[in-house]
Amino acid sequence: MTNLKYFTNGLLKENPTFVLVLGTCPTLAVTTAAINGIGMGAATTFVLVCSNLLISLLKNLIPNKVRIAAFILIIATFVTIVDLVMKAYTPDLYKALGIFIPLIVVNCIILGRAEAFAQKNSVWRSVLDGLGMGIGFTLAITLLACIREILGNGSIFNIRLLSENAATILVFVLPPGAFVTYGLLIAIVNRLKVKFNI
Amino acid sequence: MAKKLESTLRNMFLSLTLISLVMSAALTFVYLKTKGPIELAARQNEINAIRQVSPDFDSDPLTTPREVDGVTIYTVKKNNETAGFAVKTYSDKGFSGHIELMAGFRTDGTINNITVLQHKETPGLGTKMAEPKFITQFLDKNPGSFKINVKKDGGQVDAITAATISSRAFCDALLRAYNALDAVDSTTNMP
Amino acid sequence: MEYILIIISAVLVNNVVLAQFLGVCPFLGVSGKISTSVGMGMAVIFVMSLANLVTFLIQNYLLIPLHIEFMQTITFIFIIAFLVQVVEIILKKVAPPLYKALGIYLPLITTNCAVLGIALLAVKKDFNLLMSVVYAASIAVGFTLALVLMAGIREQLDLADVPKGVRGFAISLIIAGLLSLAFMGFSGIVK
Repeated sequence: MTNLKYFTNGLLKENPTFVLVLGTCPTLAVTTAAINGIGMGAATTFVLVCSNLLISLLKNLIPNKVRIAAFILIIATFVTIVDLVMKAYTPDLYKALGIFIPLIVVNCIILGRAEAFAQKNSVWRSVLDGLGMGIGFTLAITLLACIREILGNGSIFNIRLLSENAATILVFVLPPGAFVTYGLLIAIVNRLKVKFNI
Repeated sequence: MAKKLESTLRNMFLSLTLISLVMSAALTFVYLKTKGPIELAARQNEINAIRQVSPDFDSDPLTTPREVDGVTIYTVKKNNETAGFAVKTYSDKGFSGHIELMAGFRTDGTINNITVLQHKETPGLGTKMAEPKFITQFLDKNPGSFKINVKKDGGQVDAITAATISSRAFCDALLRAYNALDAVDSTTNMP
Repeated sequence: MEYILIIISAVLVNNVVLAQFLGVCPFLGVSGKISTSVGMGMAVIFVMSLANLVTFLIQNYLLIPLHIEFMQTITFIFIIAFLVQVVEIILKKVAPPLYKALGIYLPLITTNCAVLGIALLAVKKDFNLLMSVVYAASIAVGFTLALVLMAGIREQLDLADVPKGVRGFAISLIIAGLLSLAFMGFSGIVK
């Protein structure tokens, strides 16, 4: 099925985190623990799929001049919905992600896909694109989070890997570690893409 | 595929208004549905912290909180008799600012248990204040006789290595809790 | 005095880009040249100060009285989008070369997480109106500082022989990491 490529695109070829380098703020900020990566990824994917779907559905009813305003309106509503639902049902994750939940609204991935894809493509393809980009984002930031959590905290998904007193490389859960690890991962992914011709 | 709507003033206005109405309706619906669960989650959080630090109880402490100088005192009862107190306290003297603790006291003023509610201290250093290794030295001690100050400041508390400021803030919050309790409650035998 | 603490803390200790991870996209995107960085910084200082001013008023005189705090995200982002449009129009008239140099990055200030993020944080911190604006302006100065430092390094980097594998975003992020490490030295100067 040729439509499948709209889904797989966001996973590696145009991975939003490692290739397009969009949505860098939550990528750096919440990846101190692997579970946060999953939580943020899930929330972002939800907003991405819903907004891509709605925007694609309404694309002929949104005059060009007000499209950005309309996109923001739609995206902000879904973000607030995610915010309220998480506050009610996943309070610990909600506290861990903090202001980065409402900040999903300015995550360039979502506005970027709305502008570049959803407003020009069919509903089904837009949903696939949203899913692909969202899952690609989730996998990428969770990978980053796993590395930072293992090296900086000696645990993964809150399961201790090293003994209580083992030394950990603290800097990885601090800001400098975030920047450097992210940079190195981008370099590695680029190298792999060239090598395997993706 | 149908043509896109033209950007006339009328169309722009109608389109945005329609979208605003639909989105607001959806949002208000979700808001009303989640209002209850959100309050419930907050209460649950508070109760869990109280349960963790207080002596055994069977009352609902959230019905009678007492606020004293930014500190909240919860009385816990067993069989209708006061069993102890859980005090939500804070300090702004942390290395990275604000920290919050829940400190449980028995009726004679001794510390039952302490849990750290929130902080932004340095991972690996100040964060150690939430670990049992640091907290056990406070348990069963009475702030009336046990000097809650780091040894450097003339007290009896062993500070965390390389995290004196965080340790000081912890003591500051704990003392604040004890002093508030002392000032307010007359049904305890605190020296 | 309190305002000095707010300013120093915002610019150096909790630098918006290097410590709080807000505004990273434009930080990586615009810091190619020092001159554009300064221009972008000025625009951000203006937008952020105004944004905090207006969002403060909206929060306290509209959202809270009407109990519609859940509309915070939507109203704030609209205010910011509107302000950025205004700045765009002004710049186009008053400084066309800067307008052209900033290019797509000017409307992108709307999606600069720092602007929305700091507006939201200021509400959480319970500042009064003047503090909120001073806070925003200082944060934006910190943003400009980080941006200009980065631009200075990158201009030098253009002349250096960067290994092919890490060219582009990778090396920029690694350098940002080193800058962030340096700025960590500022923590603790505000007690």
